[in-house]
Amino acid sequence: MSPRRRREPQRLQLNPIACEAHGVCIELLPELIAADPWGYPVIAPGPVPQQLLPLAQRAVNVCPTLALLLTRAG
Amino acid sequence: MTVTGAPRAARDPGRPPRIPRLITGSAPVSLAEHLDRYGPPPLRADRPAAGRAVTGLIDEIDRAGLTGRGGAGFPAARKMRAVADAASRGGTFSSVGAVVIANGAESEPASWKDRLLLSRAPHLVLDGVALAAEAVGASRAYLCVHAGPVGPAAGPLRDAIASRDRAGLNRVPVQLAEIPGGYVTSQETALVGFLNGGPARPAFVPPRPAQRGAHRRPTLVQNVETFAHAALIARYGADWFRAAGTAAFPGTALMSVGGAVRRPGVYEAALGTTLASLLQRAGGPAEAPAAVLAGGYFGGWLPLPAAQHIPLSDEALRPAGASLGPGVLVLLPESSCGLAETARAVRYLASQSAGQCGPCSNGLPALAEAMEWIAYGRAGAADGLSWAQQLLRLVSGRGACHLPDGTASMAASALRVFGADLHRHLTRGPCQRVSRAGVLPVPRPPAGAS
Repeated sequence: MSPRRRREPQRLQLNPIACEAHGVCIELLPELIAADPWGYPVIAPGPVPQQLLPLAQRAVNVCPTLALLLTRAG
Repeated sequence: MTVTGAPRAARDPGRPPRIPRLITGSAPVSLAEHLDRYGPPPLRADRPAAGRAVTGLIDEIDRAGLTGRGGAGFPAARKMRAVADAASRGGTFSSVGAVVIANGAESEPASWKDRLLLSRAPHLVLDGVALAAEAVGASRAYLCVHAGPVGPAAGPLRDAIASRDRAGLNRVPVQLAEIPGGYVTSQETALVGFLNGGPARPAFVPPRPAQRGAHRRPTLVQNVETFAHAALIARYGADWFRAAGTAAFPGTALMSVGGAVRRPGVYEAALGTTLASLLQRAGGPAEAPAAVLAGGYFGGWLPLPAAQHIPLSDEALRPAGASLGPGVLVLLPESSCGLAETARAVRYLASQSAGQCGPCSNGLPALAEAMEWIAYGRAGAADGLSWAQQLLRLVSGRGACHLPDGTASMAASALRVFGADLHRHLTRGPCQRVSRAGVLPVPRPPAGAS
């Protein structure tokens, strides 16, 4: 990811087919990601606030099934 | 030179059809009869190279305002343009061309208009496929139908394709593809997955089929009725198409009208027609009506008579909590319990989950249970109601396809529209009507469905 793109508003997106509810993202980023009754992540709508972008990027990086994505908002 | 229909219409032998436009008789129309009636499809005399889009038809369809007739109602021209652009963008795919898929795999249990259209007017659909293939720069096409008894007869469709091959009217190779049964197997990414040799299951997008679909090529997926309308727009032009319907929702749509009407059947109606007038064409209510399900199992219930003057268009139906969907109306009589009907439909939809997305494979069976608790549970099932309401929020928008959203939309409309029944069930237990035979058709899940 280029530094320029990092400054653009981004949002978290989940590939629900890939997600297997490991819950790592929920642990890392409770500010934006909550667990549903079955342990699957529920992502807060809207762009990721600037100060949470590093954590969001980390949650994306550590997802064991690569189900979490950071995409340009819009 | 373009493929727009209007200038050519004057040379056509047949006069532009009035309503009904698509299905005009009770017998299948042969290729000879079809050509006699409509004249040849306005294909280009010189075949453009694969990957070279001919955009005249797309512009004409854009002016016509044709929307997809498979349920989502997406503008047809926008989809075609996306495929044409992707196919002509150069790179690896420009020389091999795009793929066109005509979706006749009719999964909606209360809909049978696609099967009727394919059995009566296959050449109108196949004209549209050939014209669209030319317009988007495709080099092959598929006609997808459900395999077995739930699909249309495959033999006549193969014969229709073969007769067009002999007449040079297919333009690109057209193959009949038989898709396994099931509610989500006809979703466009599921068709693409199946044609690519995998299971017919919805996939995560992006990439959308318009970018990378069947054979990893840009792929146009449209409902078969959409292609049939396109075939007529190519001949008679956008203005002719817009002569029916409203300015915002022009044209006609095939509507499957079922439930407690005197003459259930498929009716072609101008968009903007009121629910009441369409129900009247279907013979009117066979007994006192309570509500109508508009838009099929991804649509919603509307109360009668309150909603009878709502016009048939997404613009009018969506704010009311329903939709045009694939053109489905099911009339529910007062003698049936809308809550029990909905619980049965939700249980069926839950059985149709491909099991790929956690919120769907966990949430829909839970929602079915909550709806059954409400419909059949003993008095005091208020917990079922709050659990159902929580589940509606939890499943919406959280699948790769729209199965959880559509199911939630229908269940939510039942809790809204059958509010008085709901109160009675929660305070006094199930009504006597719950034991009545179901009005909504609920197929048995096909063997092997997960």
